Amino acid sequence: MRRLLCVGVVLGFSAGAWGQGIPPSRTGTFALTNARIVTVSGGVIERGTLLIQNGKIAAVGPNVTIPQGAEVLDCSGLSIYPGLINSYTQVGLIEIGQIPETRDESEVGAYNPHMLALTAINPASTHIPVTRVAGVTTVISAPTGGLLSGQATLINLHGYTPEQMAVRPSVGVVMNFPSVGRRSLFQQQSEEERRRQYEQQLRQLNELWQKAVAYNRAWEAYERNRSGEPPLWDQRLEALRPVVRGELPFLINVNAERDILAAIRWVRERKIKAIFAGVAEGWRVADSLAQSGIPCIVGPVLALPTRPYDRYDRAYANAAALAKAGVKIAIGTFDYYNARNLAHHAGMAAAFGLPKEEALKAITLYPAQIWGVADRMGSLEVGKDATLIVTDGDPLELRTQVRYLFINGWLVPLVSRHTQLWEEYRRRAF
Amino acid sequence: MGFILVFWIAALSADGQNVVLIRGGTVLTVTRGTLPNTDILIRDGKIAQIGPNLTAPPGAQVIDARGKFVMPGIIDAHSHMAIDNVNEATNPVTAEVRIRDVVNPYEVNIYRALAGGVTTIHSMHGSANVIGGQPVTMKLRYGEPVERMILQDAPRTIKFALGENPTRVHGRASQGQFGGGRENVTPATRMGVEQVMRKAFEMARRYMAEWEVYERARQAWERSRRRGPEPIAPRKDERLETLAAILRGEVIVHCHSYRADEILMVLRVFRDFGIKRLVFQHVLEGYKVAKELAEFGAMASTFSDWWAYKFEVYYATPYNAAIMHQYGVNVSLNSDSDELVRRLYHEAAKAVRYGGVPEDAALAMITLNPAKQIGLDHRIGSIEVGKDADLAIFSAHPLSVYAVCEMTLVDGVVRFDRSKDPDDMRLAIDPDESLEDAYVQFNPADYDRCMLGAEAHEGAWMGGVDLYELVEEMMAHKEDRP
Repeated sequence: MRRLLCVGVVLGFSAGAWGQGIPPSRTGTFALTNARIVTVSGGVIERGTLLIQNGKIAAVGPNVTIPQGAEVLDCSGLSIYPGLINSYTQVGLIEIGQIPETRDESEVGAYNPHMLALTAINPASTHIPVTRVAGVTTVISAPTGGLLSGQATLINLHGYTPEQMAVRPSVGVVMNFPSVGRRSLFQQQSEEERRRQYEQQLRQLNELWQKAVAYNRAWEAYERNRSGEPPLWDQRLEALRPVVRGELPFLINVNAERDILAAIRWVRERKIKAIFAGVAEGWRVADSLAQSGIPCIVGPVLALPTRPYDRYDRAYANAAALAKAGVKIAIGTFDYYNARNLAHHAGMAAAFGLPKEEALKAITLYPAQIWGVADRMGSLEVGKDATLIVTDGDPLELRTQVRYLFINGWLVPLVSRHTQLWEEYRRRAF
Repeated sequence: MGFILVFWIAALSADGQNVVLIRGGTVLTVTRGTLPNTDILIRDGKIAQIGPNLTAPPGAQVIDARGKFVMPGIIDAHSHMAIDNVNEATNPVTAEVRIRDVVNPYEVNIYRALAGGVTTIHSMHGSANVIGGQPVTMKLRYGEPVERMILQDAPRTIKFALGENPTRVHGRASQGQFGGGRENVTPATRMGVEQVMRKAFEMARRYMAEWEVYERARQAWERSRRRGPEPIAPRKDERLETLAAILRGEVIVHCHSYRADEILMVLRVFRDFGIKRLVFQHVLEGYKVAKELAEFGAMASTFSDWWAYKFEVYYATPYNAAIMHQYGVNVSLNSDSDELVRRLYHEAAKAVRYGGVPEDAALAMITLNPAKQIGLDHRIGSIEVGKDADLAIFSAHPLSVYAVCEMTLVDGVVRFDRSKDPDDMRLAIDPDESLEDAYVQFNPADYDRCMLGAEAHEGAWMGGVDLYELVEEMMAHKEDRP
């Protein structure tokens, strides 16, 4: 029933023509002086210098020797923070929601562990600069649909090719855990029908998992001595081998209370790595989640409660409840065109109980740890990537402006189509 | 609809007779700046006095607002809340249908909006039709019957819609796109939208003329002491009556719009028919024609974050509100969503962020400006003596992300109090609802609430399998209802 729209004109965007008005980034040695430096991992330096060299943070502190030839950016009155990391988006995968030709986030079929989001990331997407100028330097972009959607990717929002953008090409296989809950307020299936569907999906998932385990065992045996016939190759099962071996997590979308408990059991029984995403009803089972040790990507924070009888602020207060119980959390916006509002989601979580420092960590250091890149990003430390923002205030505040933005030591202009339209139309020529 | 469970705090029964003193807050009046350490005295639902150290008469309810911020109740000029039908997607012109006939005053989202400081909403039809029908203005007197929710004396408004939605639902559906199977119906293009509008107004003009002729003949007949045959009245037509009321300036037009060209088209059509009371809704390309909007005196109700969900919103910019404001257009920020409505004060903060709108002007965008757009600025939208005591009390400045709405008063009655906020604020319980039921909200951005009820007819694809099914499910749900 879904028809194609005639939108030839849209196809032009991938050529990057609309990026032409955006000046190129530049790199070099930069000294950010007189700044309030919020390191996130090691306290706050009230007045200090951060030195950027060869794309890395070369020095941070109150007394930093500025090498000759360094470009000095006076940051008096400004603060430096690590670049913000949005832990769940579809940035770069979807351009315009209602136009199927511009959507590449969902492949046909229920089991697609072999689909790679990075492949479909469009470096010229309008969404990238729009998200970036709000201080979000790094995102997880995840495929959707089916039971296994594909592999999510961790990218910096800067680069001409997906390879240049990739921090970790794949960070996990996205799973939409079978649900007994309703998918929407209007779903009219009976509870029995839903239960039947749930059991069927779970059975299929378990069968697939058994096959993946057997497949991995067969290949490992073959690879050990290379004798006899190699096992039959299977694209899907091959993609699951790193998960079976515990090298890659399942990134599990799960929201309803019972589903979360079931997902914890599912993961525990199989002794595999997992990261949960969404976790809308995590607050109901916060202790179980904490015990499981599974990190959670919470979001969207700016949402209605899952049940009509829940307190109005459950979605806002969910992150706080999880953090308090001891769950390792990061925050995601779970969308494509408002991924720039990451700090807004974190700020709302802070307004409803998450300590401000924790809210900041949930969009910097914690995601870096969860996604296995804490050696490179998430805090301002010597040796880490120079991926950071300079702001005129608390980045969680809605009115705060980003003044400078660096990704891997590149000073990226704070220009997007949105700012270009502002510049052009705030004063029309006639 | 199931049985209705009503529980409420005793204070509500005093509605209309109460005296309330809000003590010592920082009062954001919107029209008269910020007053630190100021009391507000409320008598019978109206603001009676504003100033320092007011005395509370005996028996008055005293609310301690020291260290807190008091602002006018937030007004949402574009809502679809508390209504059971969104689109009468059967004809491009359905001016006669009325939202007031389908209000559900017990929807829990009303309480949730109160918890975000909202006191008045303008609940509208969807955008399936060029001329959709008549919205309703409601005060969020949650727990009261429908007649008390609806502001009976609010000015009449009507919703128009331009662009992709009406062309998709009507003309393009009939051309075989989006399911097809309909008679050929204009509009399939923005040209068609203009002509549908012009035809409707022209027919209304002729209708008015017919009635005028009749009235004159009737008067002459009365004067001649009823001699000769009695003149026969033309047929009453609700649709044309409504359109005539627009031409007479009795109805404020709220026009769903995106692109600059179609916005200019409406200005031309309205000039030709002498219609002046015009508010553009969404108006995402308003920034391109802010000058023309200001010249016409048209108002604008927009958002900062909605873009890229369909092609006609691909050239939106969050600086839209600031640009239109700079050109002198009356700008409001609306929600169009039961989720976003709860944090419109954040939207005002974004007007400061994107384009540097001054704080008072930004606050006006969610209070006084929408009040003007629904024709109620003489009663609501600012903290002034004589105005309705619709107030929201925040823990911090409401433009801060850390601010939490602690209390909301409508007509001086506390309708939300965070310190007494129970776990369940539903008034209507669905007896079939399982306690295990949970649904996970779609990102509000993923669908166009304006189009609920329209898409199911057309089978149009709204941006994802889930959404399509959502709409189908919703329609099935509607049909199940008695």
